[in-house]
Amino acid sequence: MSYLLPLPVLLPMLGAAISIVGSRSATLQRVIGVVVLAAVAALAGVLLVATDRQGPIVTELGGWPAPVGIALVADRLSALLLLVSTLVTLAVLVYAIDQRITDLGRATASTTFHPMYLMLCAGVSLAYLTGDLFTLFVAFELMLTASYVLITRRTGANRIRAGMTYVTVSLLSSLLFLTAVAMVYAATGTVNLADLAGRVGELPPGLQTVLGMMLLVVFGIKAAIVPMHFWLPDSYPNAPGPVAALFAGLLTKVSFYALLRTQTLLFPREEPWTLMLVLSVATMLVGVLGALAQNDLNRLLSFLLVSHIGFLLYGLAVFDAAGVSGAALYAAHHITVLATLFLVSGLITRRSGTVALDRMGGLLRTSPGLAILFAIPALTLAGVPPTAGFVAKLALLQAGAGSGPAEQAVAGVVVLASLLTLYALVRVWVRVFWGEPQAPVPDVDPADEVLVGTARTSVPMYAATAGLIVVSLAIAAFAGPLAGMTERAGVDLLDREPYRVAVLGEAP
Amino acid sequence: MTAPEDKPFEEWDRPRQGWMLSGDCRGHRQRTLLLEMTTRALFPTVLVFSLYLLLVGHYGPGGGFAAGLVAGLAFVLRYIAGGSDAAVRLRPPVLIGLGLTVALLTALAPTVVGAPVLATTKLALDVPLIGHVETQTSVFLDVGVYLLIVGVVLDLLRSLGAGIERDMREAGETPS
Repeated sequence: MSYLLPLPVLLPMLGAAISIVGSRSATLQRVIGVVVLAAVAALAGVLLVATDRQGPIVTELGGWPAPVGIALVADRLSALLLLVSTLVTLAVLVYAIDQRITDLGRATASTTFHPMYLMLCAGVSLAYLTGDLFTLFVAFELMLTASYVLITRRTGANRIRAGMTYVTVSLLSSLLFLTAVAMVYAATGTVNLADLAGRVGELPPGLQTVLGMMLLVVFGIKAAIVPMHFWLPDSYPNAPGPVAALFAGLLTKVSFYALLRTQTLLFPREEPWTLMLVLSVATMLVGVLGALAQNDLNRLLSFLLVSHIGFLLYGLAVFDAAGVSGAALYAAHHITVLATLFLVSGLITRRSGTVALDRMGGLLRTSPGLAILFAIPALTLAGVPPTAGFVAKLALLQAGAGSGPAEQAVAGVVVLASLLTLYALVRVWVRVFWGEPQAPVPDVDPADEVLVGTARTSVPMYAATAGLIVVSLAIAAFAGPLAGMTERAGVDLLDREPYRVAVLGEAP
Repeated sequence: MTAPEDKPFEEWDRPRQGWMLSGDCRGHRQRTLLLEMTTRALFPTVLVFSLYLLLVGHYGPGGGFAAGLVAGLAFVLRYIAGGSDAAVRLRPPVLIGLGLTVALLTALAPTVVGAPVLATTKLALDVPLIGHVETQTSVFLDVGVYLLIVGVVLDLLRSLGAGIERDMREAGETPS
């Protein structure tokens, strides 16, 4: 089984390499991209079943034993998130390919889009699978460097400006990350996560706090935790539809995964984490209140994205098996639903020509299919039963209810934020789908990647969006087995021994 | 603003000129004969040196990355001597892709014999004229890295060197 482990990283990279070499053939690029991501999704499914049956799977690159060499580790949490992420990247790729065909014709090969897309997927896989802090840094760089290209390619000055914010903030946090890795190495002499799990505990408490806070700030910036979220609503809405969906679905959640992994493995706690609880309340409320003030559909969704990062943090703040398991389940739901909503927003702008809510209307009459595609993920995000959002929120609330009084009080904030989310999305529904149909606004910048207001869409774009909705519904339908599995994942995460034993051998 | 990709791929990515050959320098006003002559001698020498670095990389200082950078510097030197028209007949992205493919296939190859990814083994060869040569299979990974880095440097020269000068010419400005 362990020989399968490097493939989710190496296959997309190989796909990227082949799509550069064969960059004259648009068809080759499309086929390679879809085939590679489908293969990775299948692999992730196999890994998920295998890790759930037999515990963490480890492979050592080049045969060098950990902690000297680099280990790749898949456990239940990473395999689950890898599977969900790959399904999202696959659907978004199909959508993006078809949007390019619809807008630009069949013969558009590109030396940047496909290779960079696959490189980003390789980085995401590596971030989930690596058992090594420095390799985690490399994975983030791989992912972010590809995302810099995707967010700035073929755009006008305005989008470049928004991209600059994103690039600057990401580079700053990467610099901090590298500093943190260096500090961890200086203090302990290792960057292997399993080895660190034993060594960090031997450090003086002050130093432990510094290292923990460094990593919290690093992943906090990348995961858009309030007050380090300011860059996100400024940059994501300006990216082209599929790219925004990709970023919204994956990047922040990969950072949250890294936060969850490092905090549970390196800095174990006995009781709930008050600081994280405060951050979670701030993130939930600032995000959702920001969303209520927006007139721009994409900015509204970006603020909701920030708000729902707070739900994930709540699970981590509770810091017991139930909380961590709820956070894992919520992350899987969050990845799919946010990507879906951004794809739908892309479809809406193709009809309306604008993202301004007050200049749209009556889409229910002109395109009822779109209304269904919006309604289901919107209800899912708000957590209305029986959707996946409800299941995931229920897991979080149950975890909170079983914890201390402060956590129980914050459970009220979770419910409030969910209701405000529903209110924000109902506002979108009323503005966009009800009322008199309005003529599409002409495209502001016809030369750039995004053609809007043309009302030209095609079946695969709808199918890809619907596919993601099916994934989200599947999370709800298989909530029982999934919750059982994330619960086992949560127990393992807090126990830490299975991970350490799997990486370092029987006698750590 | 016309993005490069508005033009069909074959047009915008096609090499516009041949390799910079001596006597083929088109910026006659700004010719530096001394530099041109030096480049003529240095260019092949530096390339051979980069190959040396590539091959000794496993046991001594060097390796694919360093060798690729040295080879890239040879092209930078030629670009400085020959000016904006010193394009090469290769598509830099293709070189990058080839390098990446070679490196990844090397990484994957050990799995065929049941070894972990990226595993290496000793490679002993008896090469005619040179004699007995010992190295590691990781030299193939280094070759991939070498090609990739050369491709990156060439792409930088194309986009940030020749590309900017071309844009300036089209805008009617003279490079200072």
